[in-house]
Amino acid sequence: MPTTLTAFADVTTSDSALRRFLHGLPGVDAVGLEARAAALGTRSIKTTAKAYAIDLAISMIDLTTLEGADTPGKVRALSAKAVNPDPTDRTTPMTAAVCVYPDMVATAKAALNGADVKVASVATAFPAGRAALPVKLADTHDAVAAGADEIDMVIDRGAFLAGRYLETYELIKAVKEACVRPDGTAARLKVIFETGELSTYDNIRRASWIGMLAGADFIKTSTGKVGVNATPANTLLMLEAVRDFKEQTGIQIGVKPAGGIRTTKDAIKFLVLVNETVGEDWLSNHWFRFGASSLLNDLLMQRQKLSTGRYSGPDYVTVD
Amino acid sequence: MATVESTRLNVFKTYKLYVGGKFPRSESGRVYEVTDSKGKWLANAPLSSRKDARDAVVAARKAFGGWSGATAYNRGQILYRIAEMLEGRREQFVREVGEAEGLSKSKAAAVVDAAIDRWVWYAGWTDKIGQIVGGANPVAGPFFNLSTPEPTGVVTVVAPQDSSFLGLISVIAPVIATGNTAVVITSEKSPLPALSLGEVLATSDLPGGVVNILSGKAAEMGPHLASHQDVNAIDLAGADAALAKELEIAAADNLKRVLRPQPVDDWSADPGTSRMTAFLETKTVWHPTGSLGSGGSSY
Repeated sequence: MPTTLTAFADVTTSDSALRRFLHGLPGVDAVGLEARAAALGTRSIKTTAKAYAIDLAISMIDLTTLEGADTPGKVRALSAKAVNPDPTDRTTPMTAAVCVYPDMVATAKAALNGADVKVASVATAFPAGRAALPVKLADTHDAVAAGADEIDMVIDRGAFLAGRYLETYELIKAVKEACVRPDGTAARLKVIFETGELSTYDNIRRASWIGMLAGADFIKTSTGKVGVNATPANTLLMLEAVRDFKEQTGIQIGVKPAGGIRTTKDAIKFLVLVNETVGEDWLSNHWFRFGASSLLNDLLMQRQKLSTGRYSGPDYVTVD
Repeated sequence: MATVESTRLNVFKTYKLYVGGKFPRSESGRVYEVTDSKGKWLANAPLSSRKDARDAVVAARKAFGGWSGATAYNRGQILYRIAEMLEGRREQFVREVGEAEGLSKSKAAAVVDAAIDRWVWYAGWTDKIGQIVGGANPVAGPFFNLSTPEPTGVVTVVAPQDSSFLGLISVIAPVIATGNTAVVITSEKSPLPALSLGEVLATSDLPGGVVNILSGKAAEMGPHLASHQDVNAIDLAGADAALAKELEIAAADNLKRVLRPQPVDDWSADPGTSRMTAFLETKTVWHPTGSLGSGGSSY
């Protein structure tokens, strides 16, 4: 199996070549996609399998706070929760990361105090992405310099929808370069497409390919700031894209659905999608994440139910 | 001679649960046969599972903020509206109660009338209970010290087994009048009047989730509701002695308020205020009186 992008070297040489390639991708059967996602959502996951799925889902959460009203205190509280989600049960796994705005990275980093929880920072004029390229790159540099382990960038949906695919590609490539630290290591790059604004499944498939070709480490559904966020169908489509990409290039890419996943039931449905579409290789927090905040509380309540046999309630998890 | 009526197909009613303002079937898909007092089949009622109970608690918790925050006057209006709606369905309830409890039409009518009057009675109490159990306390300092009753929260009600309508209303109305929300397990033998009551509540301006009605076995759902960490109180009116003991033990874990079953010979007797006060907490606040300046207190 090849492990390079050489096979796709010529598709990114010009705008027209890239357009030809993207429009040559097979069209998405929308009805079939939704039916497949819905069918996989009917699996019944119980007892020990459920306990495993809950712990796995907790370990995959990017615990997120992206509000204008974020204070250092809130970020510290969130970081403490990421390290120790359920203070009454120390066997609860840590979450994968905390996800904050760039100016809160240093606060989060200090609060985590070396724990094995990553700090992810949104960047590139999140959530709209409406700023000039130098501003976006400066935003990214700032976050990386402050110690971010991962960068969640947004693509320019305006350019993408206007058909300027190469511009979108070049943006991702430039941000990828901005993720490199002075010592040569790099922050992992997650590329947010904002699927709710891309209108069609065909567009989501095209955006996924642009992201993967440009060097994204993760492709991510949404910002959580628009009406339609992660759905089983658009996540399934992106999982199929990373599967196809790995088959053709040998390069593995992660997927992160974000926004609107609030219950344990939903989270387990997504894990079933992962297992059935791309397989066990992706069933770790290095390759699959949930962008969520309230999901964690529901997972903790379900975990308490499984361990005690009693239904738990919102009084027994933190309010955030 | 065939009459016009005999050619018409029977339209049977599908009795359903009432949870969160909607009418779902049981999540389990189960039903059980409900018979009248002589053993004749009446209908199939949903046999609720513990997951239906869990969903009902979620609905009740969601409704609690709005219902407990509504003004007492508004709650009174809505409870009175329920009585109005019941009055419009009087004939239906007279039939259902008569079948369920083996009463003659006139006796069943008396029971339904008493039940409607009971709603009206509790509707009047919503903005008066605070004056009875709250008040201004005299304290040795320049403070106003005020005690007010607050609703306990989500209350599980095991409805009486024999009095399927008057008994049911006599345990639901006091719980919600003060601002609690309720998850009700109906009489197992005679759930139909309770399930029809759900249809009345849905059309009475009562926010969805304030009352949730589950038909089925108290012994099956009770333990899960009694141990549920998000239920604040349990009324064991319809539990037998053994079940009541089991549920009270399960309820101790998160210090639920428990109202033990009390023998009731006649549900139509004056109920007093004890069922309302059973699910109230007392909040006391201190507030400085004015004029605490150099001139001293003007208390």
